[in-house]
Amino acid sequence: MSRPTDHDLDQSVAGMLRIGVTLAAIVVFAGGVLSLRQAWSSTPDYAHFHPGSEALRSISGIVRGVVQFDPQSIIQMGLVILIATPVTRVLLCVIGFARQKSALYVVISSVVLVILVYSLTKTMR
Amino acid sequence: MSSNGPPAALVATIPTTMSLIVFTSLLFITSVAAGLLGSLTGLGGGVVIVPVLALLFRVDIRYAIGASLVSVIATSSGAAVAYVREGLSNIRIGMFLEVATTLGALLGAYLTARVSTHWIATVFGLVLLYSAAASFRQRSQSVAPVGKQPNTLAEKLELKGSYPGPNGAEPYFAQRVPLGFGIMFGAGTLSGLLGIGSGAVKVLAMDQAMRLPFKVSTTTSNFMIGVTAAASAGIYLTRGYIEPVIAMPVMLGVLFGSLIGTRILVRASVNTLKSIFALVIVLLGCEMLYSGITGRI
Repeated sequence: MSRPTDHDLDQSVAGMLRIGVTLAAIVVFAGGVLSLRQAWSSTPDYAHFHPGSEALRSISGIVRGVVQFDPQSIIQMGLVILIATPVTRVLLCVIGFARQKSALYVVISSVVLVILVYSLTKTMR
Repeated sequence: MSSNGPPAALVATIPTTMSLIVFTSLLFITSVAAGLLGSLTGLGGGVVIVPVLALLFRVDIRYAIGASLVSVIATSSGAAVAYVREGLSNIRIGMFLEVATTLGALLGAYLTARVSTHWIATVFGLVLLYSAAASFRQRSQSVAPVGKQPNTLAEKLELKGSYPGPNGAEPYFAQRVPLGFGIMFGAGTLSGLLGIGSGAVKVLAMDQAMRLPFKVSTTTSNFMIGVTAAASAGIYLTRGYIEPVIAMPVMLGVLFGSLIGTRILVRASVNTLKSIFALVIVLLGCEMLYSGITGRI
């Protein structure tokens, strides 16, 4: 098999992006539908910022909420899938550049991946 | 479920007087319109979502930038398929510059918690005015000439490519790489600070500074937006800027609107539409500046 060109790499990556966004949108939508149970309750005060529940601000908290079928946690899970999509894209680029035997770009895309993983793991636990 | 806040504060704010379903529906409709206009005009939907949420819905600007950031990731990733079909995006130039934008995004996200909301609103106002001005410049076709001189930095970093010209494929080389890299760091900082894609600044770096062909700049910029936004999204989530009740209708609405936008072709009226949308952005920019300086946001 010949080395993939940049355009082949582009195309496989774009396909993955579409899958990630579609999946994220479905999960967010499902969470939205489930939250309709509280449709007629009044909107909380969003004019003043308050960090909100700890459970919705960490991966472990969100996973616990999803298991309990909590609508807001399901929405957050969809958004986490969405955030993970570009990160996966960079990972695929690292692999693609490696198959092209382009050492320079394996290094450059790995640097981007390390920055992304650092910011995600340092903050979301 | 919700706790009762002080009544005096509730009277002045629109959202608290409506039920959740009305609030969600209004947010969704507004986001569809923003996504549709953003994709038809090429200005992006995220840039108007924040001022609309902050000014019309009276939502705290931190919730607004959180919802905007996730919608930016969605539209950038969703539109990638259409851009790749054109075959003009340069994956190497994009990846190289993402080193700058992701580092900038970390700084920007760090800054959002350090500076006051007045500052965020003021900087936002300036960026809106700049984006509107940049969209007018694009239309007047005063595009910089494409860089064709091979140079050591572009050769070493493989920042080159070819694009279809009038006489077949023509090669191009990135010029002034350090300047482009520096502007990209700034674009990343703005993205992390304001929850926007800052596509206008990214195109400035690639088109004006690095002298890349215009189509290459816009398509590569779109590819970079999602990765840049992902770098600050984790920080936003941990701080509670991404509020599911707000982010859900905004993300779905902007995505839906921009997908419709890429499918319908209204070439004839795009220039008129672009002028109207740019005018809306100027008005929102002035309002944001005013609100930021007077301390209302």
